[in-house]
Amino acid sequence: MYTASDLRKGLKLMVDGDPYIITDFEFSKPGKGQALYRCRMRNLLTGNSTDRTFRSNDRFEPAPLDERDMQYLYSQGDEFHFMDNSTYEQISMGRDILGDAVNFLIDNMEVKVLFYDGRPIDITLPIFVNLTVTKADPWVKGDTSGTDTKPVTVETGYVLQVPPFIEEGDKIQVDTRSGEYITRVKE
Amino acid sequence: MITPGDLIVRNRVLDAVRAFFRGRGYLAVETPVLLPVLIPERWIEPVACGGGFLQTSPEICMKRLLARGHARIFQICRCFRNGERGRLHLPEFSMLEWYRSGADYRGLMSESEDLVRSVLSSAAGFSGSLPDPFPRITVERAFSLYAGVSADEAVAAGEFERLLVERVEPALAEMGAVFLHDYPAELASLARLAPDGRVAERFELYVSGVELVNGFSELADPDEQRQRFAAELEICGGMMPDRFLDDLAGMGEAAGAALGIDRLVMLALGADRIDRAVAVTPEEL
Repeated sequence: MYTASDLRKGLKLMVDGDPYIITDFEFSKPGKGQALYRCRMRNLLTGNSTDRTFRSNDRFEPAPLDERDMQYLYSQGDEFHFMDNSTYEQISMGRDILGDAVNFLIDNMEVKVLFYDGRPIDITLPIFVNLTVTKADPWVKGDTSGTDTKPVTVETGYVLQVPPFIEEGDKIQVDTRSGEYITRVKE
Repeated sequence: MITPGDLIVRNRVLDAVRAFFRGRGYLAVETPVLLPVLIPERWIEPVACGGGFLQTSPEICMKRLLARGHARIFQICRCFRNGERGRLHLPEFSMLEWYRSGADYRGLMSESEDLVRSVLSSAAGFSGSLPDPFPRITVERAFSLYAGVSADEAVAAGEFERLLVERVEPALAEMGAVFLHDYPAELASLARLAPDGRVAERFELYVSGVELVNGFSELADPDEQRQRFAAELEICGGMMPDRFLDDLAGMGEAAGAALGIDRLVMLALGADRIDRAVAVTPEEL
């Protein structure tokens, strides 16, 4: 059981029967009055954000969430299949749950999957992944167009901006939080 | 994290505040921080210490000084309120309090305005506006305009603070600097009631949306004060501050106000969190 003073950014809790994560939090206490805990929180099932104000006597159940280490296996249409590293149980998740994560999933990638009440609701990827460039325009030396990036496509089909010297077949490191290019990887 | 430049601004603000009060004939006083008994306040959790408590405000001793004939006094001191931490809150903070015999809350509103203007108008970092004069709006009017309910209804429903924070304060923030005054009688345990008996002669000054000064005409009737404390003690427990009440009979008409020094420094810096106004935050300890 959480009390209002446990509320903080990142806390996962049950509100009105749904699991939420607090994404923004402000303590306020107007004119020697009662303390208010103003939260912006995201529904972990629907993804919708909402603002709520709680009081010091409010109590909350922790969200029954369970994070498991899993390995990405393969995709079939819009379904992405994963295996639990300790039980070898296999599960699948759709694009609607995975969101932008599909841009970075490569075979055998180690990920963390968040379960609510036994069903997968979210995924955490490694912060950095190495992806192979499958399509890139050749670098024209002496190009004076002034642009310092160009678009390339990586093995997952994701398109991102990279420096002009990146070529087809290169491996690049990408930040999965921002989706941005970090560096070229030498192998 | 505070920079050397920020610490210099903090020094300037403190110097300006002290110069302001000296210029008006106020005496700087120091009173004990460790107290055996506090003013009972249900929403403030004190820090217990050495068999007593650390002060949550210097009010109890300063009003006793008033009663002993010190007509104009001010103090800048540390106060402690357990569990209060946020963008505008620190559990240990610097408070300015000043008291004046023969004055009422309207006089202290004018004085608060002069003080804030004298400190912030010369602060390079201050980015808000200071209308001349600061507008004054009653709590009743602010609630009907911005919250869509009467202040009394909001109090009765236990929604006063929430509506104040969610609806009224954002509207006040647009006004630069504004006095909210005449609070519902239930919300001022130490303030005198207005002649109509419905509201308390209490004000809050908001600058750039930051609640900066709380002041009121002091309740000087020891019997009424004792009754209000008794009602509060039923809720929060604790001891009756008897010696304070004994002295109160000699106080006469007076008004007092409290200003959060760290918040004033924050405004002078143009910072958006109180953290930048203090040398060390509690999380760094």
